[in-house]
Amino acid sequence: MNFGMPLLILMIAYFIGTHLEKRHFQSILKREDEARGFPVVSFDTMPDNWTASRSDLVSGSVVISLDYFKRVIAGLRGLIGGRIKTYEPLLDRARREAVLRMIEDARSQGYDAVFNVRLETSRLANATRNGKGTAGVEMLAYGTAVKFASRFANAQ
Amino acid sequence: MIISNTETIPGRKIVEFYGVVTGNTVRAKHIGRDIMAGLKNIVGGELKGYTELLSDSRKEATDRMIEQAQSMGANAVVNVRFATSSISQGAAELFAYGTAVRVE
Repeated sequence: MNFGMPLLILMIAYFIGTHLEKRHFQSILKREDEARGFPVVSFDTMPDNWTASRSDLVSGSVVISLDYFKRVIAGLRGLIGGRIKTYEPLLDRARREAVLRMIEDARSQGYDAVFNVRLETSRLANATRNGKGTAGVEMLAYGTAVKFASRFANAQ
Repeated sequence: MIISNTETIPGRKIVEFYGVVTGNTVRAKHIGRDIMAGLKNIVGGELKGYTELLSDSRKEATDRMIEQAQSMGANAVVNVRFATSSISQGAAELFAYGTAVRVE
């Protein structure tokens, strides 16, 4: 009787959480495909063949948390050590989502490319061993967006 | 005001340096958002309330940095960096800093 409720929540968390994660990855892949023609580089100076007419700082951020089931699994894994597979997709999708949002920010302001991209992770709160608390991470992507001086300045 | 996280402004020349400018803000999450986030936390996924809260706060920190740069007579801030630190349970400091300069 006492075990019934948490088990139910665990199962709900597992099914909905896995479904949401899958859908998020599909959306990321689709949007990454669309953004393929937009140059995003992490060099700290502009590539030689770029000439900029204007520039500004752009950024994208997202806060994502892990579902209850995966937090419990991660908590158990923490006892024996080793690779925590449930956390890896969380950080991966947060990071990719942040980069996509940065690109959207740059595009909506009419910029052609982003360089000097930096990624930053910050932990919002602590999740305890038994899966309680928020396992939220914030991912921030920022860079300098530029508008090319001539339309074909970047032609290869 | 031009903001950049690079050491120079693309296509512009820096003519004068004014020094480091900073801007910060400390924010706590409010209870309504916390309850929603708590529910969302069961199934995982994006916590939209927190995303908004943090990006708004970061914008405020940046605006304060820009204000300081303007009062010095600068027209651009280069080499901007962001930092986040959690002060206590439920409160975070968002911090932006850079170098105020004058460009041509």
